[in-house]
Amino acid sequence: VTQVFRTPNGGRIRRDRTLSFTFDGRPYTGCEGDTLASALLANDVHLVGRSFKYHRPRGILSTGVEDPNALVTIDRSGRRVTPNLRATGVDLYDGLQAYSQNCWPSLRHDFGAITDRLSPLLSTGFYYKTFMWPPALWRRLYEPIIRAAAGLGRAPSEPDPDRYLHQFAHCDLLVIGGGPAGLAAALAASATGRRVILCDEQAEAGGSLLAEPDAVIEGKPATDWLAGTLATLRAAPNVTLLARTTAFGWFPDNFLGLAERCTDHLAMPDPHLPRERLWQVRTREVVIAAGAIERPLVFPHNDRPGIMLADAARTYLQRYGVQVGSYAVVVTSDDSAYRAALALHRAGVTIAAIADRRGEANGPYPAAARAAGITVRTGTSVVGTTGRLRVNAVRLNNRVAAIPCDAVLMCGGWTPSVHLHSQSRGRLRFEDTIGAFVPDTISARGYSAGACAGEFDLSRCLDAGYAAGETAARSRGSTRHFEVSGLLTCSPGTLGTDVEPHDKAFVDLQNDVTTKDLFIATSEGFRSIEHVKRYTTAGMATDQGKTSNLNVLASVAGFVNQPVPSIGHTTFRMPYSPVTFGTLAGAARGALLEPVRCAPLHDWAVAQGAIFEMAGMWKRARCFPRAGEDMQRAVARECRAVRESVGLLDASTLGKIEVVGPDAAEFLDRLYVRNISTMAPGRCRYAVMLRETGFILDDGIVARLAQDRFHITTTTGGAASVLHHMEDYLQTEFPELRVWLTSTTEHWAVISVQGPRSREMLTPLVEGMDLAAMPHMSVRDCRVGDVQARMFRVSFTGELGYEINIPSAHAPEIWHALLASGARLGVTPYGTEAMHVLRAECGFIIVGQETDGTVTPDDVGLGWMIGKDKRDFVGERSLQLADMRRRDRRQLVGLRTLDSHIVLEEGTQLVAGGDRQSLGHVTSAYWSEPQQQSIALALLSNGRARIGSTLQAISTEATIDVAVVDPSVRTLRPKTIAVPAAPHAYRSLPSVDHATTAPCPEVTLTMLPAVTRLSVRAGAAAATTLGRVLGVLLGSVPGRAITSRDRAAMWLGPDEWLVLAPVDTGLAQRADASVGGLLASVVDISHHNAAIEVAGTHATCCINAFNALDLDLRVFPVDGCARTVFGKAEIVLWRTATQVFRIEVARSFAPYVGACLEEARQEFLGETSPRRR
Amino acid sequence: MLLVPCPFCGPRPENEFQYGGEAHIARPPDPSAVDDDTWAAFLFRRNNPKGLHAERWCHIHGCGRFFNCLRDTLSDDIVATYQVRQPRPQVS
Repeated sequence: VTQVFRTPNGGRIRRDRTLSFTFDGRPYTGCEGDTLASALLANDVHLVGRSFKYHRPRGILSTGVEDPNALVTIDRSGRRVTPNLRATGVDLYDGLQAYSQNCWPSLRHDFGAITDRLSPLLSTGFYYKTFMWPPALWRRLYEPIIRAAAGLGRAPSEPDPDRYLHQFAHCDLLVIGGGPAGLAAALAASATGRRVILCDEQAEAGGSLLAEPDAVIEGKPATDWLAGTLATLRAAPNVTLLARTTAFGWFPDNFLGLAERCTDHLAMPDPHLPRERLWQVRTREVVIAAGAIERPLVFPHNDRPGIMLADAARTYLQRYGVQVGSYAVVVTSDDSAYRAALALHRAGVTIAAIADRRGEANGPYPAAARAAGITVRTGTSVVGTTGRLRVNAVRLNNRVAAIPCDAVLMCGGWTPSVHLHSQSRGRLRFEDTIGAFVPDTISARGYSAGACAGEFDLSRCLDAGYAAGETAARSRGSTRHFEVSGLLTCSPGTLGTDVEPHDKAFVDLQNDVTTKDLFIATSEGFRSIEHVKRYTTAGMATDQGKTSNLNVLASVAGFVNQPVPSIGHTTFRMPYSPVTFGTLAGAARGALLEPVRCAPLHDWAVAQGAIFEMAGMWKRARCFPRAGEDMQRAVARECRAVRESVGLLDASTLGKIEVVGPDAAEFLDRLYVRNISTMAPGRCRYAVMLRETGFILDDGIVARLAQDRFHITTTTGGAASVLHHMEDYLQTEFPELRVWLTSTTEHWAVISVQGPRSREMLTPLVEGMDLAAMPHMSVRDCRVGDVQARMFRVSFTGELGYEINIPSAHAPEIWHALLASGARLGVTPYGTEAMHVLRAECGFIIVGQETDGTVTPDDVGLGWMIGKDKRDFVGERSLQLADMRRRDRRQLVGLRTLDSHIVLEEGTQLVAGGDRQSLGHVTSAYWSEPQQQSIALALLSNGRARIGSTLQAISTEATIDVAVVDPSVRTLRPKTIAVPAAPHAYRSLPSVDHATTAPCPEVTLTMLPAVTRLSVRAGAAAATTLGRVLGVLLGSVPGRAITSRDRAAMWLGPDEWLVLAPVDTGLAQRADASVGGLLASVVDISHHNAAIEVAGTHATCCINAFNALDLDLRVFPVDGCARTVFGKAEIVLWRTATQVFRIEVARSFAPYVGACLEEARQEFLGETSPRRR
Repeated sequence: MLLVPCPFCGPRPENEFQYGGEAHIARPPDPSAVDDDTWAAFLFRRNNPKGLHAERWCHIHGCGRFFNCLRDTLSDDIVATYQVRQPRPQVS
């Protein structure tokens, strides 16, 4: 027979829908609507776990999230194993498999229970006091064996296979808790038309009304009133109801974290659905209606299975149709337990006695209990219980004989859930009449209503909830009275414990903290409740002391003989209840952990079988091994090709900034250590940029395109920080300079063509310019094939070299043209590794490798850059500080190992003779093919003076003799005769077409076609002129786009617009020419971005999975636009129609943004997806 | 996540912003004219008040503008934001 303790009728479970489940492998049945706890109790299973420290048998204490004992592991097979779930919060589904924790070999016979016998030795602090010596045992015995004996469930070891999502949301009112007060608040606010979100942690909203068969609200049975209210709220378009959603944290500016459990209650979840969702809600007001938690009583052996909270027993009966026993003793200090006793008595449970700690109990419920014939003993408390795996008898203080029973129902009063109020920095005050803390003053806009504010009368809870909803919604503030009948008045319980220090009277059940432990802590001098908590662990772990905190306070107050309020309380921290790492991480793992940026030629490199390396977020080809080559051989071949003939490098990841304006040269003079203003248009200079502290920030090429226009490059990793650094000085220190900065990093693809035959190879492809007449360090506009290009003659290899800048979309065609044109010269693509070797052979530094934020230009031999007549520039003054001119500063040198074949490790320390003092370290080390010698660069104390000496490089394995040499002394030509390379066939890759995703009415994603994009910066006068040439007004309303036929201008900043137009490669030039003497900067960034359209009824929902803006039409209307953050990418978001958005994103971030949107869209593709409003 | 009132764009989520340290630290107009101590103070010495703090923020993933912000370091409340080079507002 199963479910023998299921009542024949009553409750909210569906007796016609039987569900099978197993606990520790034994099969049971339950009903739809059960929790695991109620189903186990229906099958008379009370023993569900072993305690944390003493492995004592434990049962189900409560019905809710606060339960300290009933922790189980749910195994969904495979990789879906979740430990430490509270059986009281696990919704039953067909096929559920649950396991008990912290026991071996079985729950009934647990070897670890020996610790209970040893408990006198294991009192509080025993671990710190006992296991101090010998130290050798710390790692061999204490940590792995003794410490490991305590514990809860086991963490899963496999990667989590489920999906998790985030959702940003905005509302006017967030109601936390769907009990009577919360429902009344939502009802009040919904009528005002304001946006309301109501969340409740249980499977269905209703709170106490879910177990309220006696009450009548406004003339309707409570159940009917609840159903009607929920129907009203569901029908309101401005109300969102979230079930199984816990508000767990309150952050500044009314920003709350909600954890929604979407699929854990389903037997066969649709794989399209997220398992859990983190709601990040920004709300104007909050109504906290979090309810109250029943307190246990503290008495010796109060932890046996079968001893549970009295109102929980009533809830099991009246909500779940389960009797928690057949012969019960009730012990209480609160009238509500009489109500529970009466309910159980009427259902046929024998109530052997009600023992009330209080001297008298004369309220309506005690009177009703006496009238029903139940024995009531006041001034009575429990002095002990018996029963190994289930309580079987209770001894009371004024009776010699024990009372046999199979359940003990206790109630020590009610504790308002003030957690969120306290997290919001609201203050608490101790309310003597209920023996608990209640909300006092508020500091954020959160109003507590109902039981969490210390109000336990149903009618008054409803009234207070409605009033709070009205206040929060800022409507007229009308009140409403909810008439309730059918319930009697409860007088609240008192706080207190009359137990002497006893090592089996448990105050904190989850951590096995007894009154004796607390007594020891206080007698050892701990006074602060925060210290007592940490010393004894009372109030820690998964339940955070929800049932124990006040009993801990009362015990400590008793031991130190002070009133409870003077003891204070511990801090309420988030999360309110445990939140999984999956919820917090959301979609950000695996491929979506962070963007992987790929250059325009990436697909080609993949097709060649390149080896890649990460440079920041960029994925770059390190080398291109051919059949039979390892990396070393491939790099040697690539280096050789550059030295002998010609090589090609995809250098597109270099940062690029266009600097425009009449004061551009002056501005760059102040930012770079070199003079820039003396440079003629068409010329380039290599220069470094310093922080104000005098240390190198970045380096790159500064090219003057025109009197008032520069193209500068930054390192791959420095692009964003250099632009920010320059903007900082421009906006805050040099605002008088008329200059604008525009990132063009991804507009331009860069192909570096290096080697003695580079000019020979390029000449036939280049039009509009004479390559031979182009001096070193110069820049020219030209055409390569049909493509307008910017040609730089620069070299990072020491060879004749060019860097071709072409709009990104044209990179593959130009690359293939170069490969074809250079085939007879043996043109060889090379990767970043060869690039590193080639520059190291010349002694060129790489910022971030030779520099580390403490290196000056002089340290790396670039002191010559600073002109004698150079005026103030950023960092100049710091270079004059004494420490920056010390002779023993570490300076850049070259190293040659005396044994030429040993390649040093980067980071190896350098010493002289037998001295152990480090003189410096190796910054770069490679094998140099032409020199047939290992080479290295190092930063060495007083290094330039040591050139010619021999030092030792110390690695973990060996000491290696190295000669210190001039870093720029080099032999670039190979010692051996070059063998002409056989022509190599490169595989080409069909171009991938980014098509529209599978259509669905909720969300469809589309890659949009190419357009011309201009970054326009202009003052008011120039904006008007430019608008005419561009064919669209440059509006001045923040966050609004203006459209005109086929073009649009989005306001991005006070003097910045992103202009979109049909493809027109001459538009930028025409616009630039039109401004004449007016102040403006127009930069073509057509190829910088890709565009994704997000369209559908749930487009906003998809975008808000990764973006925190409020996309409500009233806040972000059609033609609203903003530069903002999407996951870990920056985007420009433009609402082109009510349900259509255009996302502009830098092209290397587009795959990441697309993949994020696709992930957010998944839940709408499943057949069983619950549609969210 | 704070809600930061950008003087140009209005209230926007904190993840669009970058913090920039204490405000109103003026770069000496002629760095060569100040002694080492003054220069070192400009570079490194900062206040760390409990309470109102004037600090620089940049709406780096928004309008790109730097601005100043008066924030209570105790409560995290932003009391005022104002444009660069404007004086610190008087707040009672």
